[in-house]
Amino acid sequence: MEASTASYVEALERLSLFADLPHPQVEALAHSFGEEVFAEGQRVIRQDVTGGGFYVILEGEAKVVIDGQERARLHRGDFFGELSILTDEPPAADVIATSLLRCLIIPDNELKAFLLKQPTVAYRMLQIEARRLRAANVWNG
Amino acid sequence: MERLAERPFPPGEYDVVVVGSGPGGLQTAYSLARTGIPRCAAISRDPAPGGMFRRFPVYQRLISWTKPDAPFDRGTREYEWYDHNSLVGHEREHRALAPEFMDRAFDVPARAEMESALVAFAERGGVRVRYDCEWLSTRRDDAGFVLETSDGEYRCRVCVFAIGVTEPWIAPIPGLETASHYVATNAPERYQGKSVFIVGKRNSGFEVAQGLLPWARRLVLGSPRPVDTAMLAFSPLSIRYLSPYTEHVRGGSGSYVIDAAIERVERLGDGYRIQASGTTWEGRMELVCDEVIAATGFRAPVRDLPTLGVAMVNDGRMPAQTPYWESLSVPGIYFAGNVTQASTGLRKHGATSSSGSVNGFRYNARVLAGHIAEHHFGIRPERRRLDADELVPHLIAELARAPELWIQKGYLARAVAVEDAGGFRDEGIVPLADFVDRDGADACGVAVEYDADGTIIPVVYVRRAGRLTEHALPSHPLHDFDTDEHRRQIAGCLAPLLQSKVGTSLG
Repeated sequence: MEASTASYVEALERLSLFADLPHPQVEALAHSFGEEVFAEGQRVIRQDVTGGGFYVILEGEAKVVIDGQERARLHRGDFFGELSILTDEPPAADVIATSLLRCLIIPDNELKAFLLKQPTVAYRMLQIEARRLRAANVWNG
Repeated sequence: MERLAERPFPPGEYDVVVVGSGPGGLQTAYSLARTGIPRCAAISRDPAPGGMFRRFPVYQRLISWTKPDAPFDRGTREYEWYDHNSLVGHEREHRALAPEFMDRAFDVPARAEMESALVAFAERGGVRVRYDCEWLSTRRDDAGFVLETSDGEYRCRVCVFAIGVTEPWIAPIPGLETASHYVATNAPERYQGKSVFIVGKRNSGFEVAQGLLPWARRLVLGSPRPVDTAMLAFSPLSIRYLSPYTEHVRGGSGSYVIDAAIERVERLGDGYRIQASGTTWEGRMELVCDEVIAATGFRAPVRDLPTLGVAMVNDGRMPAQTPYWESLSVPGIYFAGNVTQASTGLRKHGATSSSGSVNGFRYNARVLAGHIAEHHFGIRPERRRLDADELVPHLIAELARAPELWIQKGYLARAVAVEDAGGFRDEGIVPLADFVDRDGADACGVAVEYDADGTIIPVVYVRRAGRLTEHALPSHPLHDFDTDEHRRQIAGCLAPLLQSKVGTSLG
């Protein structure tokens, strides 16, 4: 289907990950990559199952579960699935919706081209990963 | 037509009510009638079967193929892989009806041929529908749902909406509402000698552009997303509608395809002015033209379902669904037909299902009928039992030839459960996402999938002691998965299940 409504484009524009994208590029993003909705309890990505995408939460919450143990909570603006795509390995965790969850999805085989075309998004992503890494180090250390 | 002229299913109480008489509704009603659920009704606002194919495509030719002659005989299960337009019958005389009506001018049917095949399916398959009965509104009651219709109230435990994705949807671009929608472009002579801007460049955009090529003076197709030529090469569109794009790539002879976010459409005297910003190029553009056509797609005519709590997706255009095509947010409301494309499955490596066309959703509807029977009415179909030595040949045969797996790649799977008493039990065709996410019992499933490079491969999933493992098997240059090597590898994947069986039976 062609074209988007204002709401999907607006939801994308509100996320810090895409804050540096000019409006026409957000429109192109909305047209290129659709949204997906998950019910509470539904799995979004699956530990050890290949081919998962990159997800950005537009609305709702999810939990990260490794071997049945909850490790983290994810909220609007958070993203997941990128580590598995960047390392070319199956996901190391399940991500499970804990409410009605609305996400933007970029398929694994399109993420690289998208980030190379939109370096400001790649830079924002790196900043967020760096913060996560620092938080993890503080936690461990 | 006498049977169709009857008006069955008066308002009242039913177990299941199906709304719609397009291919999705007909397949669902046909398959439900064979499950043993006692009271299934079907209603439709149309006067006759066929759904969207009573009117669309505007230019009267489908883009999905049917090969009247194929390596397998019509009416066999294997033939379905060569015939993407017929509904699927339980009895042989209801199968492979689309090729009967084709004049073989093309390998894709004309609209009228498709419509005739659907009418024939309804007649020969005894699909009863109350026509001219329009669903108007919906509410819940203690036992399920109440559908208010033009004929009165239908109460049911479960309802299935097979209502198509046919309501013209105009993108919220200021001024675009003054343009014609794709559905109103069926008189191409109206565009003779005119300069036409088409907003949108997916199926309907290219279809209308192709239709206007012999008439219009200049055609410009515009939307933010660039055309993906690699994908387009394998798109059903490539069969018929790509001349405007070919002209553009060769330097244009009046046809242009541009990547731009359309910001505004304004009336300007007898014509229009379009303001747009480039997405794959920098800058803005202003274009003046005689006519604007909005080919921005369609939405499902869901009426008041969102107010009942049905969550929507794709900018509110389609209901969000579980792997079994149930509303994510309102249990008991199911969907069939084209709209099941919004139940996306695992989307491994971004692969999409074929649920947006007849070849895919005919299987979804059949699986759905069985699911409703079992889940809501406790009716389990007879399941084939398999001995340990039958398991590998069974799965190999499915991977090699099952039309459900080949058409719904990475979406539908063949599942087999391990029986407590020893041996195995075929569980039929199931959504792959459901199989992968199920908890518990030992089982295996097979699917045909695309790998990360787009190569078609067989994949085996094994659940053992609550843990799922995924095994990608080798591709084959002729897509022949019925080889000794595949047999050997599948046996290797299944070894934990087979060994545990031996252990059980010896113990």
